[in-house]
Amino acid sequence: MTVDMLMDWFAAIGDFPVLAFILAVTISGIPLFLVMALNAMVAVYVERKVSAFMMDRIGPMGQGPGLHAGKWGLLQTAADAVKLLVKEDTVPESSDKILFKMAPFIIFIGAFIGLAAVPFSQTLQVVDFNVGVFYIIAVGSIGVIGIVMAGWASNNKWSLYGAMRSAAQIISYEIPAGLSIIVPIMMAGTMNLQELIHYQSGSVWGILPNWIIFNNPFSFLAFFIFFISAIAETNRTPFDIPEAESELVAGWMTEYSGFRWAIFFLSEYANMLIVSGLAVAGFLGGWRSPIPGLFDSGAWGLFWFMGKVASLIFIMMWFRWTFPRLRVDQLMHVCWKVFIPIAMLNIFGVGIWKLIFG
Amino acid sequence: MAEFTFWIVVGITLGSAFMVVMSKNLLYSAYALLFSFIGVTGLYVFLWADFIAVVQVVVYVGGILILIIFGIMLTNKITSVNISHTSVQKGVGTLAVLGMATLLGFMVFNTPWIELANVEPAETTAAIGRLLMMDYLLPFEVASLLLLGALIGATTLSRKED
Repeated sequence: MTVDMLMDWFAAIGDFPVLAFILAVTISGIPLFLVMALNAMVAVYVERKVSAFMMDRIGPMGQGPGLHAGKWGLLQTAADAVKLLVKEDTVPESSDKILFKMAPFIIFIGAFIGLAAVPFSQTLQVVDFNVGVFYIIAVGSIGVIGIVMAGWASNNKWSLYGAMRSAAQIISYEIPAGLSIIVPIMMAGTMNLQELIHYQSGSVWGILPNWIIFNNPFSFLAFFIFFISAIAETNRTPFDIPEAESELVAGWMTEYSGFRWAIFFLSEYANMLIVSGLAVAGFLGGWRSPIPGLFDSGAWGLFWFMGKVASLIFIMMWFRWTFPRLRVDQLMHVCWKVFIPIAMLNIFGVGIWKLIFG
Repeated sequence: MAEFTFWIVVGITLGSAFMVVMSKNLLYSAYALLFSFIGVTGLYVFLWADFIAVVQVVVYVGGILILIIFGIMLTNKITSVNISHTSVQKGVGTLAVLGMATLLGFMVFNTPWIELANVEPAETTAAIGRLLMMDYLLPFEVASLLLLGALIGATTLSRKED
């Protein structure tokens, strides 16, 4: 369901171009927002449960007498959402009011427009364009501006420190992530996400999927560098120094409450979906079935894509409850002295590989 | 349709550029620049320059703007510094602006603009890559050498002496 398809469809009905454009954008935007909200709700529940199981707890089960959170605590996130919506919306007295209120919008826009290019299935993609990969990497930087804005506007030391750390971290990790995603681009010779996935169709020796990650040792390495950098870009543990609870209270989000804070949360989970989606499309065959030819068409594409994305998000949660937080200097060391040199060698290696093996 | 969106994009670009110049708060100017940059991205899209449009976001929004904001925020004792800019030399400024505007206007109305047929042009990414790596390889390499030199120079200058 691309915007272009809707536009063509409206053009066939009648001549109302401006209205058709607004309608097409709205019709494709609403499901995208629902995906974002639903993704956050499911992911928050899963995160609670995963963290509980990793710590040998049972996690949310009920809310005690009167308010019951459904079977296995399934209504927990619904209750959380209601709580966030009715919470008092506080704006600090000494904050920069305009920037304080604008920051959630900027962060949300950064996540939302990135989601527009994620190829959920062969046809389910809002905009399918020829610089898709680059576009997703690019709009990721809009969120950073929002984070810095939020940190500054809060007029609070913790917030400002969190924002500066976040910006330094995201800007740094964008480099290894960008350099690693070049590997699939080099192999497929395109930046179009759908063409990238089509390149990965077919099979090796009839049974194994022809995914880029398994194509050669360099792309295998590139996937891991990309994925770890992507976790760092979403500010998640072990790379969550921007909101390190033990030192910065909640980092750049300290002064936010209620729905504004919920927007940050929504965007964080949407960013997880976007980077996982990019990793899946670039390295893991996108909406292609893991067993070549089996259920490899139509709506199954959505199933496989979301399945792979969900597995990657699960791994991110697994990381969160396994590894301790990195120090700032360790974080920068890993990025600049380990990942970037390896990522550059990868590009070189893949070039040679492509030259020799075609 | 295209005209409708075009004027919105132009409005965003010029409106926020005006904010950049007129705002008394330096930080507001920096953030207004964000919308101006995004508006310019839209203008590139209208020129069918897909690759350049995304590069605009990466370089200007993700790089230069963040650096500007960092520069403002990392300024020592920012609270004691008056974060605003004032107008100086209004008379000379007006003259310079009017002269420049006349010159630019003259150029705009006298250039024989090439009008392309209203069809979707081919993708530019592959063509840009081919040109950079074949026809313009030397300038490309020289530019990257210059950037590398600047990078090493900046690191050396900002390094503390042990």
